[in-house]
Amino acid sequence: MRRVGVVALNTFREAVRDRVLYNLVFFALLMMAAAIAVGQISIGIEQTVIVSLGLSAISVMGLLISVFIGVALVSKEMDKRTLYALLAKPVRRWEFLLGKFAGLVLTLAVNTAAMALGLLLVMIYVKHSLEGSDAAVLVAVYFIWLKLALIVALSLLFSCFTTPLLAILFTVGLYIVGLYVQELRNLPVEVMSPAMAAFTRWLSYLLPNFENFNVMALAAHGRAVPGALILQNTLYAVIYCAIVLTAAAAVFSRKNLK
Amino acid sequence: MPGLAIEIENLTKEYPFGFLHLKKKTSLEGLNMQVETGEVFGFIGPNGAGKSTTIKLLMRLIFPTAGSARILGKPISDVEMHRDIGYLPEQPYFYDYLTAAEVLDYFARFHDLTAADRKERVERMLKKVGLETARKIQLRKYSKGMLQRVGLAQAILHDPKVVILDEPMSGLDPVGRREVRDIILELKKDGKTVMFSTHILSDAEMLCDRVGVIVGGKLRGVGAPGTLVDMKTQGMEILFELTGASNAPLLAKTTRTGDRYRLQVAEEELYAAIEQLRAAGARILSVSQVKATLEEFFMNLVATDRAQASAVEVSGK
Repeated sequence: MRRVGVVALNTFREAVRDRVLYNLVFFALLMMAAAIAVGQISIGIEQTVIVSLGLSAISVMGLLISVFIGVALVSKEMDKRTLYALLAKPVRRWEFLLGKFAGLVLTLAVNTAAMALGLLLVMIYVKHSLEGSDAAVLVAVYFIWLKLALIVALSLLFSCFTTPLLAILFTVGLYIVGLYVQELRNLPVEVMSPAMAAFTRWLSYLLPNFENFNVMALAAHGRAVPGALILQNTLYAVIYCAIVLTAAAAVFSRKNLK
Repeated sequence: MPGLAIEIENLTKEYPFGFLHLKKKTSLEGLNMQVETGEVFGFIGPNGAGKSTTIKLLMRLIFPTAGSARILGKPISDVEMHRDIGYLPEQPYFYDYLTAAEVLDYFARFHDLTAADRKERVERMLKKVGLETARKIQLRKYSKGMLQRVGLAQAILHDPKVVILDEPMSGLDPVGRREVRDIILELKKDGKTVMFSTHILSDAEMLCDRVGVIVGGKLRGVGAPGTLVDMKTQGMEILFELTGASNAPLLAKTTRTGDRYRLQVAEEELYAAIEQLRAAGARILSVSQVKATLEEFFMNLVATDRAQASAVEVSGK
């Protein structure tokens, strides 16, 4: 695991030096503008507007980073052949892959935590205090981070066997489908053939369920997120990531580099 | 008798191509080759001959269609074997957001070295490859030759027993090439095994105990550079100057460079030729033996291979 850590820390260093964290400046400017505007246009619902806007911004920026940098994690190394010298060292391909994943997830953790801190500061500015119920905002941020980790795993898997452009399309496509998994489960199975009903049911469990990670409405209204959901989402993200990364490692371990 | 550092058995690599990947191109065909411990082995061949393919197969960057290989007695699939191996990729490229010192420290971390040991080795390597003054510059600002030096430094950083270099002289100026040659000779002096690929034959002739010649994915010869080529004298070359005009028949066979003429004759015709030239008023400057070089051996193989390839193409097979 030490080798995984070495790759992960270098991936984090790459993100920092390639100025990935500069998106925080954009987020800070957005939240400052929102804090000034919200007081004038939304009397009484400042918290709802600020939290919804803040969490949406955290999610969108995280999505952009996890898809675009996630796909480039391995494909860029193969393309530029920086991987060659590394794989000649005593390091297994799955260790490299896991290190790249861990490095980007660490970057996203720092990025998301910094934005969450900014959101809390704006909330204090708008409300002049924080309450116990505002902890739901932190849970919502945690869920966004879990979701991003899952997206990184998926983009890593796709980038192992297809071109970067297709990998981006597949990841974004799967993310959009994953937002509507519940609708797939709610389809009227009674009007379908048994085979089709079984297919949609299996498909709904196979596809990543991103809908469960969205607790923005609860957080915006200061309502607590159930503990069981926190546990369920954590386990779901860990197990799903493990399965996707295992598949990615299986593909990557047999891949002929160019 | 020294043991074997690298053993390659029937190594074959085919690449699928075409829209449905149904056609196959053979990049390397049944390669059998051995490199002995402590020797400098040159792997020579024209571009696309299969040199880099062989090295990439040894490094498990690509996987063989058939065959196997062992390095220091261990199968190449054993990751731990890489502790004793140094590898310089062809036209190396490293993380350009790191400095030379940082990239070497990064690679050293995979070899379980202590922080103090890493620091000492990184400093020593930077000095060895002549990059100590550029140590704090990010690699994105490095020239091709400087990157090649970083590549060489990372290959020998952990004091490996076997060093495999893919085109180590490529992209280097004459000074850089000389330095790489010195490093290879130093590695040999330290008892390391060095295998390097090149298409610069003079380097191979100068450095190698043995060379393997590969053309068209097939090994065409292995041995000491002197034994691969026919070392018998192939003729004599006379270098002379000529003042004034002459119509000696021998002059028709000469090659002129400036004021000087070169004439190649059979060994038994040498004295008669000298007599004729003197009679024509020539001033003999030197007489030397003409021997086949590794280059001629190599060029003959390439020419034969191309002729066979075009014969196959013409017959439509």
